[in-house]
Amino acid sequence: MISSKFVAAFALGSIALLSVGAGVSRAQSHVDTPDPSLGTPSVNTEESHIGNLTGHALEGKHLYRRYCIGCHGPAGDGNGMNAQWIDPKPRDFTEATFKCRSTPTGTLPTDQDLYNAITRGFVTTNMPSWRPLTEQQRADLVAFVKTWSPRWAKEKPGDVLVIPAETPVTIESILHGRELFQKLECWKCHGPAGHGDGPSAGTLTDSKDNPIRPYNFSTGTRFMCGETNQDLYRIFMTGLDGSPMPSFHDTLQGNDPWDLVHFLRTLQVSLPSKENDLWRSYVASHGKDIKPIGPDAANGGQ
Amino acid sequence: MFSSRPGRLEYMKKSRLTGLVVFALVVLAMLFADSKPAYALPTGKVMAIPAFARKYGLPCSACHTAWPELNNFGQVFRDNGYQLMNDRDSPIWQNPSYFPITFRITPNWHRETANHQVIDAPDGCFGTSISNPCLSVAGKVTQSGFDLSGMDLWSAGTLYKNISFVLLPSSDPTAVWHFEAAWVRFDNLKNTPWLNVRFGRFELDNLISEKRFLFLSNNGGIYQIYHFNVPGSSNNFGYGDNQIGVELAGHSVNSYTRYSIAVLSSNEGGVNFTTDVVPGAPPSNRSYDVNLAFSQAFDAKSLGFERIGAFAYIGQRPTYYETADGGTVPLVGLGNKSFYRVGVAGDLYIHNLEFLPLFMYGHDNAYLGTSTSSQGALPAGAQAPSFAGGFLESHYYLNPQNVILGRFEKINVGQQSLSSNPGNYGNVTAYSLGYRWYPIMFSRAGVALDGEYSRTKSIGIVPESGDGTGAPPLFPTDGVWSSSIFFGIDFDF
Repeated sequence: MISSKFVAAFALGSIALLSVGAGVSRAQSHVDTPDPSLGTPSVNTEESHIGNLTGHALEGKHLYRRYCIGCHGPAGDGNGMNAQWIDPKPRDFTEATFKCRSTPTGTLPTDQDLYNAITRGFVTTNMPSWRPLTEQQRADLVAFVKTWSPRWAKEKPGDVLVIPAETPVTIESILHGRELFQKLECWKCHGPAGHGDGPSAGTLTDSKDNPIRPYNFSTGTRFMCGETNQDLYRIFMTGLDGSPMPSFHDTLQGNDPWDLVHFLRTLQVSLPSKENDLWRSYVASHGKDIKPIGPDAANGGQ
Repeated sequence: MFSSRPGRLEYMKKSRLTGLVVFALVVLAMLFADSKPAYALPTGKVMAIPAFARKYGLPCSACHTAWPELNNFGQVFRDNGYQLMNDRDSPIWQNPSYFPITFRITPNWHRETANHQVIDAPDGCFGTSISNPCLSVAGKVTQSGFDLSGMDLWSAGTLYKNISFVLLPSSDPTAVWHFEAAWVRFDNLKNTPWLNVRFGRFELDNLISEKRFLFLSNNGGIYQIYHFNVPGSSNNFGYGDNQIGVELAGHSVNSYTRYSIAVLSSNEGGVNFTTDVVPGAPPSNRSYDVNLAFSQAFDAKSLGFERIGAFAYIGQRPTYYETADGGTVPLVGLGNKSFYRVGVAGDLYIHNLEFLPLFMYGHDNAYLGTSTSSQGALPAGAQAPSFAGGFLESHYYLNPQNVILGRFEKINVGQQSLSSNPGNYGNVTAYSLGYRWYPIMFSRAGVALDGEYSRTKSIGIVPESGDGTGAPPLFPTDGVWSSSIFFGIDFDF
């Protein structure tokens, strides 16, 4: 049997350790870092609703501390300890400006939008997919993210974009999409071949004046806000708030958005797709008739 | 011997009372320490995993419940070949000055005690003579003082998109080094997470990892069942030991479903055709073992994340050697005889309370069990030994920086290797209690203060753990109590 004096020694050691720990923790908390609940009075009441799930901000606060605080920071402003090493910079939740939404530009996203973003991650950034978390945990995180800005108490999310059924993929659709890519000057940022090297690419900054690069279609198989044709449709129709990518909702009419989607798919040269098959076949037979994209085409010349 | 002392009953009562009071004090201290919980802690510095945090900028608590134990996000990261599956995975995204190295060591104070040890009497045999000979008696051996743990120099990451690696030179406290792990893994073959091939020396795909668990003391720092063999057996297999071979593994996108099939040399992870990773080990045989593991996780809604799994290891070990120089130099292990281990395990959460249950059954061939050459006859009463046992470990996460630990282990020998052995010969019972506090979890370093008490009772054999210097008791019916008290500063940079 163990001697009681050693059990007592162990206990006293534990008490000493824990007491020191408590003291140091408190000291550090006051000196170094704001409490995550500061400035977020709604943390006790804020909820999210994703399908049948109800997320609770109070639970989300625990999870935020475990998973998110390193990048998004203890104040939710994107100034976490690791933010200095990260490019693009982490989202500033206090502004409540989000790139991936199903709602019009300038409006708040839906809870489902935030849930999808957390689940999917952002392939072109350090933000990973948090699919390994349970659905409830992700819903709780959504609720907590909404506590960082007073906008969530004052405004409602915008109306969700209705995406019509996809039109057939035809060479005419792709060619019209190509005309739109030229006309709307997408190439100025994304480049004539979609390599993200257009003449304006080097000058772009986000809403916080951080340099930002346009998407390079040629290397990607996924987009920042999804990977399906519907996702691509939604991206340029709602725009990526906080970035130079505008919304084309008021510009594109009728089948224009789907035509543009079909053309953009041909820029993803490494991705097998019906669009690519059609386009390659067309280029093989009509290559000489195809005008280049870029300033020359804008001037009417080849 | 304690049981022979007068007043034993009163002493035990007093001891139990003292223990209860002290335990209550510890619990109170823990509660006091966290009376202003989670969010009063240095939350902006909850970061760790130096090697990977430097690459991805994630807090260590993203991948670990409490480092080094993985949570499901960490499991997915590991299953994906240390990749987050975004375009930051390839080494091309790393700063040229970045080098994926982490080292870990634990300066500590500890006290080790084992009773019923065979010791000389009187102490050191001082003053003995022919008329007053030095005797072997049962006694208690106690040692305490400041110490060092071994050191891990861990390097891991990606060589290229979907090609990952680990190189882990590890030393004992005297700086004798070996390669604890060294492997290359080809991930996501055919663009599916279900096909990954690993080649080298690695930990078996244990649902409950002994390499990434939270106990550090001599007694508590191993899972007894992972290293147990029935007394008298020549089998050196330990389920918790890294093995060498090739593994086909796969998982669903979120790693809820996982499988592993490994073909391994029958040499306990030994190198240079021997049965160990240090010089002078006996030569290995030429056969192969197989390990199978499967687990399935469930989303238990508000309770959290639950995983259950099963495993089976089927192996062989030699019973004699081909030799040279008149039998003095063993060359190759021969006369293979089989053994197997099967079991089930779980990783279950009730909010912040985690349970890690494991049950294992082991069976050895009688030749292995009695350490008999298969060229000869078995001794009288020889039989194929078997054992069953397991553990229940629990963690309570006060927050990502404070965790209370507890574990109970039990192993019973079902069938002795010799029918004449006492029925409980080799049985093991173990208890561990601990607390880890992570005051610093930066993206460049992590520090954990670790306090543990662990106690093991083994019948007739030296404990699997202890301080490594223990000896079997005088009599096979004696129970050896071995205990560890441990305070350490576990740091990782």
